[in-house]
Amino acid sequence: MKSKVIKVDYLARVEGEGALLVKIKGDQVADIQLKIFEPPRFFEAFLRGRKFSEAPDITARICGICPVAYQMSACHAMEEAFGVKVDGPIRALRRLIYCGEWIESHALHVYMLHAPDFLGYESAIQMAKDHGAIVRRGLQLKKAGNEIVTLLGGREIHPINVRVGGFYRVPAKAELAPLAERLKWAREAALETARWVATLPFPPFERDYEFVALRHSDEYPFNEGRLVSNKGLDIAAHDYDLHFVEDHVARSNALHSRLIARGPYCVGPQARYSLNFDKLRPVAKEAARAAGLGPVCRNPFQSIIVRSVEVVHACDEALRIVQEYEMPDKPAVAVEPGAGTGYGCTEAPRGILYHRYRLDAAGVILDAKIVPPTSQNQKTIEDDLRQFVSTRITQPKDKLQWECEQAIRNYDPCLSCATHFLKLNIEHE
Amino acid sequence: MARKHKPKLAVWKFASCDGCQLSLLDCEDELLALVGAVEIANFLEASRAVVKGPYDISLVEGSITTPHDAERIHGIRRASKFLVTIGACATAGGIQALRNFKNVKEFTSIVYARPDYIQTLNKSTPIADHVFVDFELRGCPINKLQLVEVLSAFLNGRKPNTPQHSVCVECKRQETVCVMVAQGIPCLGPVTQAGCGAICPAYGRGCYACFGPKETPNTPSLSRWWSHLGVKPDDLVRAFRGFNACAEAFRKESEAHEK
Repeated sequence: MKSKVIKVDYLARVEGEGALLVKIKGDQVADIQLKIFEPPRFFEAFLRGRKFSEAPDITARICGICPVAYQMSACHAMEEAFGVKVDGPIRALRRLIYCGEWIESHALHVYMLHAPDFLGYESAIQMAKDHGAIVRRGLQLKKAGNEIVTLLGGREIHPINVRVGGFYRVPAKAELAPLAERLKWAREAALETARWVATLPFPPFERDYEFVALRHSDEYPFNEGRLVSNKGLDIAAHDYDLHFVEDHVARSNALHSRLIARGPYCVGPQARYSLNFDKLRPVAKEAARAAGLGPVCRNPFQSIIVRSVEVVHACDEALRIVQEYEMPDKPAVAVEPGAGTGYGCTEAPRGILYHRYRLDAAGVILDAKIVPPTSQNQKTIEDDLRQFVSTRITQPKDKLQWECEQAIRNYDPCLSCATHFLKLNIEHE
Repeated sequence: MARKHKPKLAVWKFASCDGCQLSLLDCEDELLALVGAVEIANFLEASRAVVKGPYDISLVEGSITTPHDAERIHGIRRASKFLVTIGACATAGGIQALRNFKNVKEFTSIVYARPDYIQTLNKSTPIADHVFVDFELRGCPINKLQLVEVLSAFLNGRKPNTPQHSVCVECKRQETVCVMVAQGIPCLGPVTQAGCGAICPAYGRGCYACFGPKETPNTPSLSRWWSHLGVKPDDLVRAFRGFNACAEAFRKESEAHEK
């Protein structure tokens, strides 16, 4: 019986180190293994004994692409433990810095990591030779996101201005004002992005996912909301551990998450969009419709459109925040540490990011648990590949390998996060 | 000056958060000019195309934490004319070097259900502990303008201009009032190398030493000043045991305050 093996030793255009092994026997997929060999870094272990106030800066170092997400989940978890509520302009500024990270991270993925797959380029740098104006637009859009993070956070990677309770320093109204013109340009560029990605060729592939995302009563979710799914989940963040478990498999330095009741699930832009379409800003809803998306998106290859729509939303939301901002009296809410357990779950660009900390009376961390989006999507990525490869089995090996890599990049997987994950091998045995 | 061949640039990753190599992609205004000047021969975060060595410049991110990586770095050194480490992980072991003060077996069992599946070394070590390094660029994360300066220097055969003085000098130059003197906020700026632009004091908080020790840092003196401000030995240990915990000056100072 004829068989093939597709092996990708180092997956490219993903954040971190991973590999893929696909074994094909005859016309059947025999095995799919997504391996994460990103070295373990043991964050949950060395957080023990650190002060609550250090968690935002330390956990930011799990990921250089989405440090703001780690800072936000850490802050919310600590504030829950201490009974602190952050509201008004400080809460708005948190949404603003998160908008900046979504714009920066999504623009990076749409233009630099994912679009080259659809157009047959090895990289955006190669793509720039034929599509210079498009790549330059992507870089400027990414820069607009970074400018928000830098203004509010001090720098784009591992910002220094986020603390439990709020910020070290908040900008005056006049300091934020110049962002408005930049964001108006960015919103136009994001709308052009959505129109452009809608013209890319998408394989006809859909799955009936269980989408899991935050849902908030009156806004598209960033920092707060209940954890919901399209298959009946509706819980508060602090009940996460009652409904989700992580398994440790031999091939991976990242833990695999599943819903105890139903198994694999999908987090990230598609889940967020499909569960919260009604909460998008009108301009983003219109961009989605114009790009041919319905209120639910089940084709993972179209995640590039969903990300672009979220960039439109984030630009418009950021603009609203900048225009309505009034400087608060104090940059942070006072925090009094105490013994207890805090839970935080926020929407990182790649999906829900869960933190849990148990603290002593002085606010020293006794134990920590961090579940990043990519480890939650790992099973779903493998299931996507199994089904996708079975429909493409007659393709030449090189083409099939490229398509498998593309199917993984649909999730913008962050291996650094998941290990606190990718390399591709396709074996035809 | 016209060159016959474009110099080949490779980017390598070890244990890290990807943030320092992302700094290259964060050079939104300079990136297309840079890739016009060099051939990107290996940069997996940005491209699936891989060109064989030798390489003119290798940028190495991350620390050595696994037996496989301790082997891999030697191959990279052999294939590279210049090897430049980027960031606190590659130059000092990074935040993951906090394991060096503890028992790693215990760490593995805290994070992983099946510690027997995990291959890891007892210590997280900088690249220079394993191979000769031509230049170390500091920071957690690195400053992208310093990265452009280092690349430009190596491409043009000169020494990079990256000052080794303290963060204090940067504060003075941008007229930031000293947060320690004026507000009594503990700050690691006096013993920390400049390069970030002294952003923490500018945002009203003390420096937490992302760029590691400056040249000849007087850490015991700073610890005494922190004590005057009411900082307890436990907190001094935590302060020096951050993103550059295993840089020698910081390691020694943290150990001096351990009970």
